[in-house]
Amino acid sequence: MSSELRYSTFKTNVKYSVINTNVHNVDGIAKVTGRATYTFDVTLPGMLYGKILRSPHPHAKILNIDASRALALPGVKAVATGKDTLGVKQGIWRRYPELCDEQVLPLEKVRYIGEPVAAVAAVTEEIAEAALDLIDVEYEVLPAVYEPLDAIKKDAPTIHEGVERNVNVTRHIEWGDVDEAFAEAEKDGYIREDWFRCSGQHHMCMETRAAVSSFTPDGKLTVWASTQSAYYTQGLLAGVMGMREGDVRVLAPYVGGGFGGKFELDAAMFCSAVLSKKLYRPVKIVFTREEDMIASKRRTPMFYYVRTAMTKDGMFLARESRMFSNGGAYTGMGATALYLSGFFHSFPYKWRGYRYDGYRVYTNTMPSTSMRGFGAPQAMFCSEQQIDWMCADLGLDPFEVRRKNAHTECYEVPGQAYIQSCGMTECINKIEEWVKSKGDLGPNRAIGVSSCGFMSGGIFNWFDSPYSFSSAVVTINYDGTVELHVGCQDIGQGSNTTMAIIAAETLGVKIEDIKVHSGDTDHCPADLGAWGSRQTLMAGNAVKMACEDAKKQLLEFAYAEMGLNIVYDLDIKDRWVHVIARPERGMKYEDLVKKALRAKDGQRIVGRGYYTPHRKGMISPAYSYMMQAVDAEVDPETGKIKIHEVMTAHDCGQPINPLGLIGQLEGAASMALGYAYLEDMPMDEGKLLNPNLVDYKVIKAPEMPKTGIIDIHTYEAEGPYGAKEAGEGLTNPTAAALGNAVFHAMGIQMKELPLTPERILKALREKKEQEANK
Amino acid sequence: MEKRALKLKVNGQEYEVFINPKTLLVEVIRDHLGFTGTKRGCETVSCGACSVLVEDMVVKGCSILAVQVEGMNVTTVEGLEDNGKLSPIQRAFLDQGAYQCGFCTSGMLMSATAFLKENEGKSVTEHEIREGIEGNICRCTGYNSIVRAIDAVAQGKYKEA
Repeated sequence: MSSELRYSTFKTNVKYSVINTNVHNVDGIAKVTGRATYTFDVTLPGMLYGKILRSPHPHAKILNIDASRALALPGVKAVATGKDTLGVKQGIWRRYPELCDEQVLPLEKVRYIGEPVAAVAAVTEEIAEAALDLIDVEYEVLPAVYEPLDAIKKDAPTIHEGVERNVNVTRHIEWGDVDEAFAEAEKDGYIREDWFRCSGQHHMCMETRAAVSSFTPDGKLTVWASTQSAYYTQGLLAGVMGMREGDVRVLAPYVGGGFGGKFELDAAMFCSAVLSKKLYRPVKIVFTREEDMIASKRRTPMFYYVRTAMTKDGMFLARESRMFSNGGAYTGMGATALYLSGFFHSFPYKWRGYRYDGYRVYTNTMPSTSMRGFGAPQAMFCSEQQIDWMCADLGLDPFEVRRKNAHTECYEVPGQAYIQSCGMTECINKIEEWVKSKGDLGPNRAIGVSSCGFMSGGIFNWFDSPYSFSSAVVTINYDGTVELHVGCQDIGQGSNTTMAIIAAETLGVKIEDIKVHSGDTDHCPADLGAWGSRQTLMAGNAVKMACEDAKKQLLEFAYAEMGLNIVYDLDIKDRWVHVIARPERGMKYEDLVKKALRAKDGQRIVGRGYYTPHRKGMISPAYSYMMQAVDAEVDPETGKIKIHEVMTAHDCGQPINPLGLIGQLEGAASMALGYAYLEDMPMDEGKLLNPNLVDYKVIKAPEMPKTGIIDIHTYEAEGPYGAKEAGEGLTNPTAAALGNAVFHAMGIQMKELPLTPERILKALREKKEQEANK
Repeated sequence: MEKRALKLKVNGQEYEVFINPKTLLVEVIRDHLGFTGTKRGCETVSCGACSVLVEDMVVKGCSILAVQVEGMNVTTVEGLEDNGKLSPIQRAFLDQGAYQCGFCTSGMLMSATAFLKENEGKSVTEHEIREGIEGNICRCTGYNSIVRAIDAVAQGKYKEA
């Protein structure tokens, strides 16, 4: 039912004991029994509840805040405003001070509806809520601007002082001779240009932003937070609180979803910390769903101008694109989305010349940031539809054209990236076979396809060091059980399970021997956390290295005991330490551990590992590749879309956890289909019109189509056991594939997301009018 | 409003709480009795994270007042296991990987439990299973693994030998 994993015929003689076998997630029991404790569930003795007063204006000066009436309310313990803070302008691009532009409690002005203005701590949530109405804020309302193409105009209101035309950050990417290639196409090729509008999307984590802060008289701060990176939260909080990072402990117990929205500093973290520091009592703040929707962050809305040149037989010559993104009020992680969108807009094809100019523009709306796909779903919506339209214009086969231009193994994207493993051609072949096997689907129904690729972690790090890094520490106990300390963060994607699998495989033990410790800055090594699809490759490599280190220490004892030539003649598999050439000759793992530890005066065996990419270009050490097909039907009367099936051919190198891989595929498909035809964030003068789960439509079980995955198995030399990214990149192709399905079913070209019934009907009407005028 | 006493049974145990009559069932379960397995994800009765069973019917714990279940049997996720032994649907969720972040899982399990109870001995279609969990939003899994887990239990794959 519903989904299956079909393996391609990649051949290998490597036999893994744990990798690519079906295992239960290491946190499965906790999650299916209700034992898993999230920040949302944390209660501490003497804990107070915080609530945040938010701006009703999209742009206004704060003239005065008078909290005296609120403070007089019985049960209210404190009110904090910007004046109670150090006024630090913070941001996640810490190495670029001009991009650190957000005071979580602003001192002078508010820049979007929902921006925090003050925070209250009280003995109950109800009293805190009631106190918000008693805080008197005097504003001077300023003219506001909401769309990037308006905000960039000369006479637009200034949102950040000194920022000309509200341009927050720009990004230029270029290689090859673009102009020459276009000149050639003008003579004897084909050029097409289109404008696209890609909408925003809310992360909609089931656990809203939440934090519990406890500042104690020893000057230390402990914070439970729903975060994708305990490390970033620690660093950012220390920065705004004027504390040493080591004096801030961040705990991320279980995290109820992230999807790119939870690794910046949020108001729950900051306001609870400020209030706790005032009161020396724990303070808990949980966003309501409405707060989460109007004042967290969102997928970046983007306007794309795309001009593409190809030869008449479908060889890609050049592309030049300009993109204007709605940055909202602050930078957040949006600067990275600006960069990655431009890079993945070229994917997964070879261009003679490529030029991208991206402009991230401030507006008086909720800030935009990273969200699963990190700018690539928008880029692919434009690129992959335009390719199909050009193929139709020229009478070419879209599979053949994609295959001719696709990345291949060991390809270098000039000046940008080195591709090692690449299963793109095989993905196209398999999807082409699948599409052809479906035959004629009848009227108003068609299959659309889209290819794409994605990174396995960013090489960049704008937080503190120029490099991205991951680390792990492994300790082997006297009884052979293993403590694995990692800095990577499990936010539901299953990284703790992935790390346990890699550790068990490397050490030669069972997965139940491994205890994974994560989400605690006091006890886990530093790691940038969960973003940009980095953990399987980066933290996975760190775990593998740590376990190899520990295993070598163990095997040295076995080597001495068994009198072999070199230590590498030995291995451990399924808790059996043995001579590789004669597997029956060996000893039990538990026995070896006991002997080894006795010889070390009882000290535990400790292995350390880290990973940081070097000489891998500008973007990522490795890239996943995929092609997705969406089978969809349009009702010409209502404009409604029905999705019948989604099939994906996917190259993530060596799959580590097949059950997790299927889960990532299906989850990405539901989120990306939502983006493609249901989810939108309409605003009226900066006010979100659907700030709840009644009016904001996400995919529910009945709408979710059948899904399948064809695993294109490659081996990525840079990844642990050949693994690379899986899960985030799968959000990229879907909107484009659905757009192409609608194009092939109805002959209409959809240039705006989401593909709502209104937009479909409008396009059908316009098509009819055009045909009548012919 | 004046507080009042309320007696109810949760997971087989009788409790008496002293509450404001406006208190929601989910608030009693989480905040008064400490069964934090039940979650909350919205304020609009939309997400289903707070689903519990009242007698054998699945109810969103934020949609009714606690006083409405006076004297009744309430089951939360904590009540699905029996002395450490997981229920069939819990085991099926593990086998299918039918959870990711886990925040919706408790509510999803309760809807699935009610659906399976209601359809015991009947053959169910995939469509019926999907309708059975329509009230529960999961942002991680895309539902299909959950549908497979419910289907496996409905087909008797987790029956005790």
